[in-house]
Amino acid sequence: MNGFFDIPSDLQHSWAGLIGLHLREALLPVAAGLLLALPLALLCNRFRWLYPPVLGVTTMLYAVPSLAFFVVLIDYTGQTELTVMIPLALYSLVVLVPAIADGVRSVPDETLSAATAMGFGPVRRYLQVQLPIAAPAIIAGLRVATASSISLVSVGALIGNQGALGNLLAAAQKYDRPELAANAVVTTAVLAILCDAALVALRRALTPWMPRSGRERTAAPREELLTKGAAR
Amino acid sequence: MNVLNFVQAFFSDGAHWHGYDGIPTRFLEHVRYAALALAIAAAIGLPVGLLTGHTGRGGNAIAFVANAARALPSFGLLVLAVLLIGFGLLPVMIPLVVLAVPPILVTTYEAVRTVDPAPVDAARGMGMRESRILFRVEVPVALPLILSGLRSAAIQIVSTATIAAYVSLGGLGRYIIDGLYQRNYEKVVGGATLVALLALVTLALFWAVGRLAVSPGVRRR
Repeated sequence: MNGFFDIPSDLQHSWAGLIGLHLREALLPVAAGLLLALPLALLCNRFRWLYPPVLGVTTMLYAVPSLAFFVVLIDYTGQTELTVMIPLALYSLVVLVPAIADGVRSVPDETLSAATAMGFGPVRRYLQVQLPIAAPAIIAGLRVATASSISLVSVGALIGNQGALGNLLAAAQKYDRPELAANAVVTTAVLAILCDAALVALRRALTPWMPRSGRERTAAPREELLTKGAAR
Repeated sequence: MNVLNFVQAFFSDGAHWHGYDGIPTRFLEHVRYAALALAIAAAIGLPVGLLTGHTGRGGNAIAFVANAARALPSFGLLVLAVLLIGFGLLPVMIPLVVLAVPPILVTTYEAVRTVDPAPVDAARGMGMRESRILFRVEVPVALPLILSGLRSAAIQIVSTATIAAYVSLGGLGRYIIDGLYQRNYEKVVGGATLVALLALVTLALFWAVGRLAVSPGVRRR
C-alpha cells in the first residue's frame, strides 16, 4: 500500500528534494571546514608550537556528541539548517587540519628549494607547489570528512525536521513504516559512496602524475585519519 | 547563557548524583554499552584482521567491507533496527558494532601485513608453526598499531553510545535526550561534558594498556 518512495507530505519534500537538502547540509559544512582548515594548517606549519594545541581543541570538539551540539546551538541559531551545519563544519576540522598540515609538511625539501630557486615567492610556492603535491593527502581527509558529514546530518531530525533524509527516520517511527527508515539508510549510504567516488575521481584529475590504476592503496587515506572520521 | 555556567550548575546539583538517573548510574550504563559493543566488534574485527594480515590475502575485500560499513549512517541503522526488532539492547549494538568494526579490521590487517618480513622469515626458518609466528612474532610487533585501531573504535563508540537513550535505554545520552525534550540545556551540556570526559578516560586507558602490553623493544622504535 505505502511505497518505498511515498514520502509523507509533512516532510514538505519529495525524495529527490530530501536528497538535495541532505547533500547541501552535508557538503557545505565540509567546504566551510576546508576554508577554515587551510589557514589553520598554514599557521600550524608556520608556528610549530601551535599544532598540538590546535589538534587538542579540534579533538575535544569532536568528542562532543552531535546532538548535544545541536541543542546548545538552538539558542543561538534556532531550529534551522545552520544549527546542523555549524557542528558538522567543526567536526570536519579534526580530520582536515592534520590532513592539510601533514600533507603540506611532507613535501620534500628539494622540491621547495627548486621552487625557491625558480623564483617562487612564499605565497606562490604554497599555492602552486605545496598544495598540489599535498592534494592526495588533503582529498583523503575530505573523503573521511564527507562520509562522516553525510551520516551525521540525519541526527538533525531530532531537533525538529532538520535532518533531511534523517527526517524519514522520524516519519518511519511516527507512521510505523519501516520501509521509510530503510529508504533513509540505503539512500544515505549510496550518497556517501557516490560522493566518495567523486572525490577519488577529483584526486585523479588533480594529480595526473600519479599512477592512474593498479595499486590504489598508496593513495588511500591513512587509517589513522579514517578512524577519526566515520560516523556517530 | 554561558556553557561553563551550565556545566557548573549541572555538577553542583546534588539531585544529579543519586538514584537511577544519577551520574554514577548513567556513567556505568554508558561504560557497559560501550564495553559490550567494543568487545563484539573486536571479536569480529581482530580474528579476521589477524588472519588476512598474516596471509596477506583479502585486502581488497576488507577495504570494500570497511568502506561499505562506513557509509552506513549510525542513527539511521538504530531507528531501522528498532523498527524491525523492537526495543532492547540488540538494536543499539548493531549500529555501534557496524561503526567500530571498520577501524579495528583495517588497522589490524594493515598492522600485521606491514610487519618487517625479516623476523617473520627468521621465525619460519627456525621452524615455528604459522600460528606461533602470528602470535609470537607478528602480533607483538604490530601491537601498537592494533591498539590504535581499537582506541579509535572505542572513542567513536563512547561518543555514539549516546544514541542508546533515543531508544529508551540509559547511559549518558539520557541527559542529552531528556534535556532536549525538557528544554533543560543544563542537562544537555552536563551530559555532553560527561561523554567528553569518558572519551578522555578512554584515551588514558589505552595509553596505559600500550605502556604495559607493548614490548619495550617495539616501543623504542
